[in-house]
Amino acid sequence: MTRPRTLYEKIWDAHVVEQRPDGTCLIFIDRHLVHEVTSPQAFAGLRASGRTVRRPDLTLAVPDHNLPTTVRKDAAGNKLPIADAESAAQLAALEKNAPEFGIRYIDAVAPEQGIVHVVGPEQGFSLPGTTIVCGDSHTACHGGIGALAFGIGTSEVEHVLATQTLLLQPAKTMEVRVEGEVGPGVTAKDIILHITGTIGAAGGTGHVIEYTGSAIRALSIEGRLTVSNMAIEGGARAGLIAPDETTFAYLKGRPYAPRGADWDAAVAYWKSLATDPGATYDKVVVIDAAEIAPSVTWGTSPEDVVPITGVVPDPASFADPSKQAAAAKSLAYMGLEPGTRMQDVAIENIFIGSCTNSRIEDMRAAAAIVKGRRKADNVKWAIVVPGSGLVKAQAEAEGLDRIFTDAGLEWREPGCSACLAMNPDKVPAGERCASTSNRNFVGRQGPGSRTHLVSPAMAAAAAVTGRLTDVRELMA
Amino acid sequence: MTPIEKVEGRAIPLGLKNVDTDVIIPAHWLKTTSREGMGKGAFETLRADPDNLFDSPEYKGAPILIAGDNFGCGSSREHAAWALGDLGIRVVIAPSYSDIFSGNAVKNGILPVVLPQAAIDRLMEVARTDPVHVDLDTQTVTTPFQDRFAFEIDPFRKMCLIEGLDEISLTEKSDAAIAAYERQLDTDRPWLRPAAA
Repeated sequence: MTRPRTLYEKIWDAHVVEQRPDGTCLIFIDRHLVHEVTSPQAFAGLRASGRTVRRPDLTLAVPDHNLPTTVRKDAAGNKLPIADAESAAQLAALEKNAPEFGIRYIDAVAPEQGIVHVVGPEQGFSLPGTTIVCGDSHTACHGGIGALAFGIGTSEVEHVLATQTLLLQPAKTMEVRVEGEVGPGVTAKDIILHITGTIGAAGGTGHVIEYTGSAIRALSIEGRLTVSNMAIEGGARAGLIAPDETTFAYLKGRPYAPRGADWDAAVAYWKSLATDPGATYDKVVVIDAAEIAPSVTWGTSPEDVVPITGVVPDPASFADPSKQAAAAKSLAYMGLEPGTRMQDVAIENIFIGSCTNSRIEDMRAAAAIVKGRRKADNVKWAIVVPGSGLVKAQAEAEGLDRIFTDAGLEWREPGCSACLAMNPDKVPAGERCASTSNRNFVGRQGPGSRTHLVSPAMAAAAAVTGRLTDVRELMA
Repeated sequence: MTPIEKVEGRAIPLGLKNVDTDVIIPAHWLKTTSREGMGKGAFETLRADPDNLFDSPEYKGAPILIAGDNFGCGSSREHAAWALGDLGIRVVIAPSYSDIFSGNAVKNGILPVVLPQAAIDRLMEVARTDPVHVDLDTQTVTTPFQDRFAFEIDPFRKMCLIEGLDEISLTEKSDAAIAAYERQLDTDRPWLRPAAA
């Protein structure tokens, strides 16, 4: 009988190529996702050293960060040029590098193009029990289907391209158990915002977080991807949710997923990965699902979370002096006064999208709130950006695009959009945005932008009322 | 990669906690296909203030940066390490770092020193007037006032920094082991090869 192991330990053990005397392990990488921003220097490095891509078959490239979310083809079907010269050069570099190194490439105008973390699971390229890397910290997302997935820097991108491995130290393990049922209007986004507020932005540093408990089990794959996506906001490089029947049902029949007898063998293997009874974690946090409210951030760290029914905190209320200073700085940047009710905060911009919240379920949740309502007059800019061309097509087949446009929201082409201010979608300085993205950092959505992180339903509620709003008030 | 062993000079007393990668280098600086010249964009929002530390005569070109908890949190952008390097920073001293940032730093010859908050507080005080000395070989940070703080570092990272090692060349020595692993994988989990879409 072997020692009981956690899900993380099982995946780690199955990927050790070599262990060095100092404990560092050479870990095999099953899937490598590549986008245009963090890869050009890696490809240049390969070229300079005369190296090739070891396993192009395990690599998939798709542009997402720089792409404008406006129309990409003219009436004749020709690709429209990208106005920003630097963005255009970066996109062109990926378009050239991928075929040159023999890598599968999804073009900017292909029907399945989208945000890399939406595309991976959607295409069945991301699979449970695999190691997945990408030069993007939200690679943690793929943990939602039970993959050990994490963001890497460009030197590591080059390392994986050249060797299909990474040199890593094993992480510590952390369990975040969410037990019970969430109340009405509380979504996967509220769960992860609540968790981040509870453990803090560095609460998971050095750890891989496994999310367990009945509230997590009850989530759809879309919801699980949302939760694991923001593991990095709690400091953990990766999140994990054990694969189960929900996972298998989601993946079956997807383009790159195993088929026939291979599928059965894969499922049998995936079922063996769940954490063994008696296995222990280095750290355990237990959260009562019933205590989670629709949540919103007030500051410039994703740990700055309050329930929508709450108020802007007084910096003096924090025990830690450095947090007091940080909170005071955050409030000055955000233009907020302690004691202000969150629901009294007026909003000028709405962003529904990003790798955290741009899947079909997110589109449906937002549409359910705006249906039959109108965007508030003080909301100047409200965009809905589906995570992929396939999400877009599905939403349009369900008529969701019309619900958004009838309400005065814009329906866009897939991409990272206003999550990170690398493309034309930006929030103006001094203005607020109710955003379904993952980071409320200073300047994240554009210089001087003020971000309030919320769920898609909450962003939709803010769009129709013009202020941060408890979505439960708008639910039938 | 430039090897690093001893660094002495002024230390920028930034001190803030949760300094995220968007603060270190905003996203619009990421629209490049090169690793060079990113120092201009380093800490752009903080440096918009004419009285900022980074451009003051005292700290301009300083090789050491002192910060609070969770330095480099957020994005995986290695541009953060490139920007610090281009700014002239060889050592960061903080109580903790994001995992991705500390890895990126080491790969670019930047030493992330971990010291407890009390030591950081003392170094912040010294840094206002005097230089700080960092010795990777002996794993110590010292000041002209007899302060001596020992720090821990992973031995593999220490070796990479001191030797200025290229990790890819090192891993290529394990080529046979990787090939053996791949063959075994084809036997154990043949379904892992992506189906032809």
